[in-house]
Parts: sequence; C-alpha cells; structure tokens
Amino acid sequence: MLRYLVRRLLLTIPVLLGVATLVFALIHLVPGDPAQSMLGEGASVEDVAKLRHALGLDRPLLVQYQTFLTGLLKGDLGSSFRYGTPVTREIRDRLFRTMQLAAAAMAVAILCAVPLGIVAAVFRGTAIDYAAMTLALAGISMPNFWLGPLLAILFAVYLGWLPVAGTGTIWHLVLPAVTLGAALAAILARMTRASLLEELRELYVLAARARGLSRVRAVVHHAFRNSLIPVVTIIGLQFGAVLTGTIITETIFAWPGVGRLLIQAINFRDYPLVQGCILFISLTYVVMNLLTDLTYGLLDPRIRYD
Amino acid sequence: MIRVGLAIVLVAILAAAAGPVLSPYDPASQELSRRLERPSLSHPFGLDELGRDILSRLLSGARISLLVGLAVVSVSSVVGMLLGSIAGYFGGIVDDVISRAVDVLMAFPGILLAIALVAVLGPNLTNVVIALSVIGWVGYARLVRSQALRAREFEFVQAARALGAGSPRIVLRHVLPTALPSVVVQATLGMAGAIIAEAALSFLGLGVQPPTPSWGTMLDAGRSHLFDAPHLTIFPGLAIAMLVLGFNFLGDGLRDRVDPKLAS
Repeated sequence: MLRYLVRRLLLTIPVLLGVATLVFALIHLVPGDPAQSMLGEGASVEDVAKLRHALGLDRPLLVQYQTFLTGLLKGDLGSSFRYGTPVTREIRDRLFRTMQLAAAAMAVAILCAVPLGIVAAVFRGTAIDYAAMTLALAGISMPNFWLGPLLAILFAVYLGWLPVAGTGTIWHLVLPAVTLGAALAAILARMTRASLLEELRELYVLAARARGLSRVRAVVHHAFRNSLIPVVTIIGLQFGAVLTGTIITETIFAWPGVGRLLIQAINFRDYPLVQGCILFISLTYVVMNLLTDLTYGLLDPRIRYD
Repeated sequence: MIRVGLAIVLVAILAAAAGPVLSPYDPASQELSRRLERPSLSHPFGLDELGRDILSRLLSGARISLLVGLAVVSVSSVVGMLLGSIAGYFGGIVDDVISRAVDVLMAFPGILLAIALVAVLGPNLTNVVIALSVIGWVGYARLVRSQALRAREFEFVQAARALGAGSPRIVLRHVLPTALPSVVVQATLGMAGAIIAEAALSFLGLGVQPPTPSWGTMLDAGRSHLFDAPHLTIFPGLAIAMLVLGFNFLGDGLRDRVDPKLAS
C-alpha cells in the first residue's frame, strides 16, 4: 500500500506541473498585448507599459515562468487587476460558498439517488424500475443551465416557495443544490441499480436467502454494502464535475462562489484572477481524483496494489 | 433506442437544412411592440425580448449547434486518431510525449479548459470550436492508442511490415481502420458533448455572440425574463435536451452494436 501511495503521489507531480504550465501559458495566448486588452483600446502607452511591468510581462518568458512557479509554491498567485487585492484572498473569501454548494449538491444527489437505485434494482423490470430509470435519464439529458431556470420558474415564480437567487438563508441553497446535484443523482442512481443487480446474482446472496433471510434483509445487510464500492468511486470521481458545475450554477443563482468569481473575472478581463480561479479549480480536481484512487483500496480489501 | 435517437437526429438535421424554408418568420426581424408575447397560433413558441419569433430562431440555432458539433468532432477525431495511432504504433519517446500531454489535458475538467481558452482568445464561434477541439481530441487519442497497441501485434500488420510497407501506410491502411468502429461511437457521443458545451459557453456569454441565434444565447437571454416570459427559457432548453438525448441514444445504440458485450 505504501509503495502504491508513493508511486501514485510521484505520478501526480508531472500532472500538477503540466496543469500549472498550461494555466501560466493562458495569459500568453491573449491575442495582441494582454495589458492592452485589460485596459482597453483607449489606454495610454504609459498606462499599458506600467501594467505590463506590474504583471511582469516585460520580463523574459523563462523568468516569468520561474516567478509563477515560485509564487505558486508559496501560495502567491499575484494580484487581481480589478480589486487590487491578492488573488488568493479573493478565492479564499468565496471558497466557503463554493464548497457549501458542492457539498449540498452531493448530499442531495446521494440522498435521492441511492434509495432510487435500490428500489429500481429490487423491483427490476416493474413499472417502478422504469419510472426510476426514466427519471434518471431525464436528469442526465437536462443541462444544468436549463434545469436551474426551470426549477426557478416553478418553485420561485409560480409556487413562490423558494427564493430565486442570492444567499442568506438555508432556503437559498435548495435550488442551486438540486440544479447542481441532479446530473450526479442520475448517474449515481443508474450505477447503484446496476451494481446492486450484479451483487444480487452472487452466490452469497442466494445462500442468505436460503438461510431464510427476507429479500429486503438480504439486500440491506448483504448485497447493498458490497454494491457500494463502484458507487463511492463514482462519487469521488464526479466531485470534479460538481466543482466545474458550480461555475454555471453560481452564475444562474447569483451564488457568490469561486465559479461566479471566474465568470466575473473573465468579463472584466482580469487575467491574473482568471488564472487563479482556473488553477484553484483544476488543482482541487486533480487532488480529489488522487484521494478517490487512494480510498478505493481502503474500501475493497480485495484490491491489492503491489 | 437507436431508432429513437436516429429519428431525433434526422429531424434536427432536416430542420437545420430546411430552416430558411420552414421558418415562418425571419429570425432577425424584430417587432418591439409585441416583445415577450406568449405562444399563440401565429407564433407557436412565442416572441423573445426583442419581438423576434422564437421558433424561427430555434430553427436557425439548430444550424449553429449541429455545425459546432460537426466541426468539433471532425477536428478532434482527426487529430486524436492521428496522434493516438502514432503513439500506439511507434511507442517509445513519441508515445511518452503524447501520453503525458493526454494525461495533463485529462487532469483538467474539460469545460473549465474550454472556458479558459475562450476567455483569453475571445468569445466567437471559431474560438469555441478551437477550445472544444483542444479538449476533445484527447478522448480519441486515448481510444485509438489502445487499439493501435493491439493492432501492431496483429498478423496482418506484421505481414504488411514484412512485405515492406512503410510506417505511414501501415498506420493509415491497417492500424486506423481497426479503431474506426469505436471512433464512430465516440464521435456520436462527442456530438452530444460538443452541442451541450457550446450551449453552456454561449449561456455564459463566452460563445456565439448576439444577434446570432444560438440555443445557449437564447437561454441566457431568457434568464432575465423568468418572471414575465418563461417561454424564453422553456423552448431553447427543450431543443438542447432533445438533441443531446438523440445523440446519446444513437451513440449508446451504436456502442451496443459495435460491442454486444456492453448491451444491457
């Protein structure tokens, strides 16, 4: 296990370096002069030169790259052009909201999908199964930038049960969390059903039933636990999708998180902040995938790493 | 399932191709006095915030969606197939370089990289295609690489080599064709992915710019009128969901045909 852990961690280093390099390269892909683009066409030559100096764009590329990587290791991602504050502070201020939304979405997804998947598997081939899987298919096919406004129309505009956007109470979290969690719920429900059906075919379930256990007890006490392994893996791997999904969901519901900050930074051509947000989201994504890989083995003792 | 998918996709292609003939109104013509008017017999999907006919704009937007999907899938599959087969067939340092690039791009959440690229390149249709192709080729390269690794051990490939065929000929004539069925499946599902990604980028204001009628842009415009004109949101979203569902059905069905073991 330790050898695998070290190897997996070592393999992550070039990926992290690659991600950082790609994010560094972004600002150099801006057509023309990034400083000019940030200040607008009407900016004076002096102002452009000053900003170029402030962003370090007047230095050789390799020096810029070295400064970027050193800063990254120290947690320094430069300063926001719009706010004039460190990029890390802007991200840190909104991090709680994004994590709150992502956690709520995952909770909604797990709480809806796992029971739905179990019911569909237990009642396989019946109307309940078809209804559950049709619901799951709808969840997968509906883009969250459509589902969000639709839920807002129904629950905020027509029924008036929930606030349409913003923050403040727990009720503000409901629509964004459902919007963000729906696709994951659909994937999880299908996965839970498939995985449980697989387990129900195993001999140990038959043995349990032969010993006189009811179908429900055989599912709950025996098959369900084993069927969870692929489901947990999917939950871990889908965290990245949930994290990127926050960009759209936060924009729809004016949720003040990192995703909305990214879109605002893009609109203001605040490239250091754009770089910072993208780096933060992608690094979190890589780390989450790494953690999922590592916990996979802990869940299933049959998996050996050597 | 495959038939339902094919039917939806064919209807969309027909609607896009015959759009100008089928459109009851000019998608750009405005009737400001009737803005946000609800669906009626003369305008089945209603009018938008500038009094433009939503049905005509949806028909026109189908062209954008299918065009972006086709362009992204074409560029990504050609680049991915080429690099994947080179990596798998030649191995060694070439494989290492290509595989590491694939690893890094796979480590990025796809849509995030597309957002980043469009943000720096500028929001327009061409840049959307470039951004989605940059993230799109990776899947094809991975798929074709694994097929090429197997194919180079096949007897007919070794026979071609023994007969003196050069590497480019072997890759193009013998290695790539073995991967084609899987690539077709991937491309069909890739159409769904590209259509949804284009709509997402346009929804965020980073894709096709107004007044060009893209489904994502139409949804974005509807956001400001959830209270007074929900039809601005309902119909473009329905169009996106149906077309994506169609390509997903078609892709899943084709995959089951290509690899019957996967059929549930």
